[in-house]
Amino acid sequence: MSTEKSCLIINRTAPYGSSHARDALDVALTSGVFEMPLTLLFSGDGVWQLRKEQQPDTIEQKSFAANLCVLPMYDIDRILVCSDAMAQRGLSLDELVLPAESVDAERIRTEIQQHDLVLTF
Amino acid sequence: MIFSIVVYATPYSSQAASTALQYCEELISQEHQIHRVFFYGDGVQAASALSCPQQDEIQLHNRWQQLAEQHDLDLVVCIAAAAKRGVIDQNEAKRYGRVNNSLGDRFTLSGLGQLVEAGIVSDRVVTFGESR
Repeated sequence: MSTEKSCLIINRTAPYGSSHARDALDVALTSGVFEMPLTLLFSGDGVWQLRKEQQPDTIEQKSFAANLCVLPMYDIDRILVCSDAMAQRGLSLDELVLPAESVDAERIRTEIQQHDLVLTF
Repeated sequence: MIFSIVVYATPYSSQAASTALQYCEELISQEHQIHRVFFYGDGVQAASALSCPQQDEIQLHNRWQQLAEQHDLDLVVCIAAAAKRGVIDQNEAKRYGRVNNSLGDRFTLSGLGQLVEAGIVSDRVVTFGESR
């Protein structure tokens, strides 16, 4: 089944404190099967999901960043990060595991309006 | 209008788990169509027939079962999220070598494709449950 509808997944949570980041990634990969145009937005603590040099083995977790790195193989390459969230946490784009586009609050409003299905994790 | 509902909320920890049920009841009373209710994350616990709430509390599992029976609702539970939380049907119990199963008979275990498909065919997708 292919679709004209588009999906925006908003990631607001840090990668290891809860299962939300992994739940969101599983939905993202599944939407690829349906050839649904997908945008991933990372805002708030969600920007930590993309941070390089994660060492989750010390808390007996699997590397989330490694999982994110498969996204381009699923043709998921529209990745946005909230510029305010990045600045508040002292992060720059070159510290992220994937190429991402930095967007401001106004642009985020536009993205939410332009997508048919918006899921937040 | 065609609705689909996504439930992340944990029964008895989050009011959103109850609100999701009440929302569905109201949709039906207003003659909207519910394409599917999809339970994901901690929300899958609503599908456990082993839940034993006190008598004066909302009987969430039973209410979902009744609503599904009366209105032929498609209650789908994410199989990966459910199995790790002990919400399994007879097939999964056999697969994992477990003695018991817990899935209510009006619920179906399936994959995340059912969530994405619901998003494609519905006019509105409404989610219940705080993401943090």
